[in-house]
Amino acid sequence: MSLSSSSLLSIENLAFERDDSRLFDGINLTVNGGDILQIEGANGSGKTTLLRLLTGALQPSAGRINYQGQPISENRYDYLADMLYIGHQPAVKLNLTAEENLRWMVASAAKSNRVAVADALAEVGLAGYSDIPCYTLSAGQHRRVALARLLISEARLWYLDEPFTAIDKQGVSLLQSCLQHHVAQGGLVVLSTHQDLALNNVRKYNLLSRAEYLV
Amino acid sequence: MARQMDSGFLAWLRRDLLLAWRRRGEVASPVLFFIMVSTLIPLGLTPESTRLAEVAAGMVWVMALLATLLSVDGLFASDYQDGSLEQMLITPQLLPLPVLGKITAHWLTTGLPLTLVSPLLGLMLSLPAAGFIPLLWSLALGTACLSLIGAVGAALTVSLRKGGLLLTLLVMPLYMPVIIFGSASVSYAIDGINWLPPLAVLGALCAAAVALCPLAVAGALRATASN
Repeated sequence: MSLSSSSLLSIENLAFERDDSRLFDGINLTVNGGDILQIEGANGSGKTTLLRLLTGALQPSAGRINYQGQPISENRYDYLADMLYIGHQPAVKLNLTAEENLRWMVASAAKSNRVAVADALAEVGLAGYSDIPCYTLSAGQHRRVALARLLISEARLWYLDEPFTAIDKQGVSLLQSCLQHHVAQGGLVVLSTHQDLALNNVRKYNLLSRAEYLV
Repeated sequence: MARQMDSGFLAWLRRDLLLAWRRRGEVASPVLFFIMVSTLIPLGLTPESTRLAEVAAGMVWVMALLATLLSVDGLFASDYQDGSLEQMLITPQLLPLPVLGKITAHWLTTGLPLTLVSPLLGLMLSLPAAGFIPLLWSLALGTACLSLIGAVGAALTVSLRKGGLLLTLLVMPLYMPVIIFGSASVSYAIDGINWLPPLAVLGALCAAAVALCPLAVAGALRATASN
């Protein structure tokens, strides 16, 4: 445990129960800058719950999460300002255009580079769509709007819940190169996906067997 | 840091106003409801102006309350469904600030238009001339209270699929002082009594609601998220 105090993110003995039934307990993980951690497990094994615990939106029933050696509840502002979370729902407003959506998402996050909105949309393949309301776009394009946040964000901690859902092949490779770039710059990625990533140094953690292995 | 907190309020206010503008037909429906029902009152009750004048203030206030109740239901519903609410909960800013931004946007798109059309309804219900200024003031303050209190109910019921009735039951008791002091300031003015004391109470209610309701909403949203 002495090692974990110097790491970027460490999870100690994390447990979560809902309605008196235990979803998981005793999870210990250490993630550092440059790491990609892939959470695996069958449907309903608690992947989304684990990610939401990491964001602080859910409170664990036992254990704690440390950011730079301190519990996240003690330096909540710094932690959340350094974090980007994209959940199951892309948080895209159907009545707003892709550009307005992205501008709002960027404005409500603390650490973002505000100028690059149009560039980010062009990069995720939504160049011609910036002034069309999002209800005319497809599910995959909604995801792309949300993923454009990754290109703008300056947060070091990325938590992505099933980021590859509804995205085409070309989008998948774009996202993977984006993740690669992020960890090369010292960032950290925790994601849940059933897909095998074509990336180096992906650590996998299986929620059911508690096994951690390097791919 | 103060700047960051500021941007949480403004970012959500601007976004909700933009959203309201995009679906302005839908957003305008509480105001239309307010106007339509008020035109029916003379038909259903009596077209006689002396008898209408007696109930005018109370009627306008009841309509305003119902119109707000209609619209406050959806304050967090769509954000809950599309994941924006989840994003709001994990912004580094203090949660009551984005919440206050949303409530302000709600008041600007329902309470304020209601207040602005109320003199027209006063005319239709032959409200005595002395009642118009108090009606405007009391509705401006009162609808802000209604939005703030309603937001607490909306936050508590956001995860329920049919939360409409429960929301009404939750906020009705809290709406009572607002309607009592709101309509009292109008009827005092009509009767020639000093109408500022009930308005001052309404102002105090409003000040308390601005301070407390965003905190209560934030707590309720956090509780919702942990389920």
